[in-house]
Amino acid sequence: MKAIQMKAKWAPSLALMALAVAGCSQKEESKPAVETTETAAAVAEKAEVKAEATKEAPVVTVYSSRKEHLIKPLFEKYTAETGVDVRYVTDKAGPLMERLSAEGESTPADMFMTVDAGNLWQASNKGLFASLDSESLEANVPAHLQAANNDWFGLSIRARTIVYSTERVKPEDLSTYEALAAEDWKGRLCLRTSKKVYNQSLVATMIQTQGKEKTEEIVKGWVANLATEPFSNDTKAMEAVAAGQCDATIVNTYYFGRLKKKNPEVTLALYWPNQEDRGVHVNISGAGITKHAKQPAEARKLLEWLASDKAQGQFAEINHEYPVNVTVKPSAEVQAWGNFKADLVNVEAAGKLQADAVKLMDRAGYR
Amino acid sequence: MPQPPSDQPSNDDSNQPSANKESFFVNAQSTKWRKHFWRLPAWFAAALVLMPILVIALSWTSDQSDIWAHLIQTQLGTLLGNTLKLCIGVGSIAIFLGVSLAWLVSVCEFPGRRWLDWGLMLPLAIPTYVVAFVALGLFDFSGPVQTQLREWFGSDFRMPSIRSAGGVSLVLSAVLYPYVYMLSRSAFMSQGRGLVDAARMLGRTPLQAFWSVALPMARPAIAAGAALALMETLADFGAVAVFNYDTFTTAIYKSWFGFFNLPAAAQLASVLLLFVALALFAEQKARGGGRLFEVPAQERERFKLKGARAYLATGYCLLIFVLAFVIPVGQLLFWVVETGLGGLDQRYIDLVLHTFALGAIAASLTVSLAIAVAFGQRQLGNISAKGFAMRAASLGYAFPGSVLAVGIMLSFAKVDSVLVAPVRALLDMPPKQILVGSVVALILAYCVRFFTVGLGPIQSSFERLKPSFQEAAQSLGANKWQLLWRVYLPMLSPGIFAGMLLVLVDVMKEMPATLLLRPFGWDTLAVRVYEMTSEGEWERAALPALSLVLLSLAPVVLMIRRSRR
Repeated sequence: MKAIQMKAKWAPSLALMALAVAGCSQKEESKPAVETTETAAAVAEKAEVKAEATKEAPVVTVYSSRKEHLIKPLFEKYTAETGVDVRYVTDKAGPLMERLSAEGESTPADMFMTVDAGNLWQASNKGLFASLDSESLEANVPAHLQAANNDWFGLSIRARTIVYSTERVKPEDLSTYEALAAEDWKGRLCLRTSKKVYNQSLVATMIQTQGKEKTEEIVKGWVANLATEPFSNDTKAMEAVAAGQCDATIVNTYYFGRLKKKNPEVTLALYWPNQEDRGVHVNISGAGITKHAKQPAEARKLLEWLASDKAQGQFAEINHEYPVNVTVKPSAEVQAWGNFKADLVNVEAAGKLQADAVKLMDRAGYR
Repeated sequence: MPQPPSDQPSNDDSNQPSANKESFFVNAQSTKWRKHFWRLPAWFAAALVLMPILVIALSWTSDQSDIWAHLIQTQLGTLLGNTLKLCIGVGSIAIFLGVSLAWLVSVCEFPGRRWLDWGLMLPLAIPTYVVAFVALGLFDFSGPVQTQLREWFGSDFRMPSIRSAGGVSLVLSAVLYPYVYMLSRSAFMSQGRGLVDAARMLGRTPLQAFWSVALPMARPAIAAGAALALMETLADFGAVAVFNYDTFTTAIYKSWFGFFNLPAAAQLASVLLLFVALALFAEQKARGGGRLFEVPAQERERFKLKGARAYLATGYCLLIFVLAFVIPVGQLLFWVVETGLGGLDQRYIDLVLHTFALGAIAASLTVSLAIAVAFGQRQLGNISAKGFAMRAASLGYAFPGSVLAVGIMLSFAKVDSVLVAPVRALLDMPPKQILVGSVVALILAYCVRFFTVGLGPIQSSFERLKPSFQEAAQSLGANKWQLLWRVYLPMLSPGIFAGMLLVLVDVMKEMPATLLLRPFGWDTLAVRVYEMTSEGEWERAALPALSLVLLSLAPVVLMIRRSRR
């Protein structure tokens, strides 16, 4: 009942939409409209509008590799604000992209949302996105966090930085990602596996700024300094640092946020590397409108809303991430980690050079 | 669509007598036709499985030599070595555990046997990746066990790393031994004691009798169980990823998610499949032509173990039960208590219903198909699973889940675009997916993936039945229908239950195909587990994982009670 009322409120614009999209399915025409006690003319008019609205009530369909518990609250908020329902399926980015391209023009998906610029770049490269000219998105999403061809836009920033043991490392001992490859870190470094896209993007941007040879040397240095085989996730790597198996590791900050929340006593701290040169490596989660979207206008509204100050705070806060929209402040907890200079290299580089990065890490013996 | 193969035999049989009265020529023709008819179920199953495999094999039309060259130069050797080590490790540990436990609970009597009998099957209900993560959490350097040991023995104390071939083998075996256990248990139980007693009267020790009589008779079942365990090992990605232990599947996933190159991944997967096909072929050759049948056990008097032996038997079974089931479930419970029941909302009812409904439908369908195939083979006079179709049909299980899921999705998408789209265009309807993202496609995908899991127990029960039962029934005037319903199905029921149970539990745990093919709103418990674990939030995954385990327990207990009668 509530949903119907909500739709009724938006009925006029929805009805227009419905006509614009050239609805041709006639299935639900006979559905009775909501009862009202107004004058006959008004009832008749409203009933017609409502019939239209139920017929083509816009439902935006999202394929997402960002996890359900990170997107559901936002979509619910959007539905509450606008009356437009959002439905979604979640899966890994790779299978979703295959599904999108296999479904072709009969896909139900209007929006593809994923984490990591590499994935977004691939989707764009496969022609899964429709380019989007949107003033509000251009204003809200910084240029280095969106596609040059406007296929996709970043929605949150995730910084990948150094975490060290406050018991065995002084912050002065740390400086850059590259310095972790130096001799004095022998047997003191823990890393997550190179199979994770976050590390692939980190190395890809290093290739972009430093070139292949230098990067390969650095990665080899990391591998030589490893205290133990790479871990399958960031949390395990941090736990190893806390347990004394090694002294520092490289993780996404939100994993640190989660660990700290779970165990406030943990003797670990964040360090922002490369502040003298290119800055901390950042990656994004983001989204774009699919090429064969059935509700492109509605999907665009949703995307614009997600990048606006109405949604940005929650979008980032829910996962201890940073908003892309500079007018929105991160959560207090995240702000407490301090400000840092971020690497401004366009995140698209991560996508373009990802395969090179994987090969480089294979050659360097980084598992 | 799966033709109910059982519809047609009745037609066939009603035609049969009239054909008999006519000339010899017609009779011969009809016999030939019937022979083909009994091949249909197997061919249908094979076609179902081959459809996605064919899509995957098509990847060879593109040239991926640079990725192959890169893999061969950098790591393929290590990966193959790792995979081999893991197969040997899991194969030997799972067979040892499965057969020894099955022998103890089905032939001996010792304190606690009655509940250990079914308790030892329970680890099957826990997804591999969950056990892997629990084991890693407990036994890795930062885990409580090593931390405690370091406190006792000084901070320099080091245990051999669990993130090694040995560690991964142990963990995988803890989840996979129930395949061997279940199948060999039902084999041992239907053997009865008669032949073992005979061997002992002829002067063999109990151990010798076991080796020379009971074990060879149970060999089809043991082999079927071990094959399932090994195929799952080869296809596993979840558990090895948790350990960051690189196997051949690692290369497949790296090609896809690292190089964004699905054709290369598919090529690698088809090489893996070739190995599995060869291994299955070799196993069947090695089994040889000799067949061993037995009568169903009339009476079962168990060997009563006494004194130290009895306690040893209890202790051994209990140890495995605790390691493989109590500890992982205990850890899940601990996490659930720690994180609270906050995630338990009204949607949970839907999750549980979806999970169970998908599992039950897929299990019944898969097992019906498996019975039809096995029965058809029997009518052809094939006692064991022979022939191209039979082998092809069993390959679905050996694929890494995600690759098979994509193969299935692509083939359904093809059907959609070739068959459905033109019809819709003709009717002036907007383009829409019919198959992809429908429950039908998802169920068919489960059938493809788990067909061999359903077939294994049924086939091995069939193999132990003498053909003379059929001959006797037919000489008493039973037709094929009656033969199936009144003779085979009752005698096969332990195997059928085992097959149902395995498929049901496997479907409920299944992740990649469910993720990719589920319709909107059809989330299952496994999907929820994925949502949490893919970002390493294992504590929050505990609730859906525990629900999944509990949901799987009910059918396990139920079916074991049935099979005991």
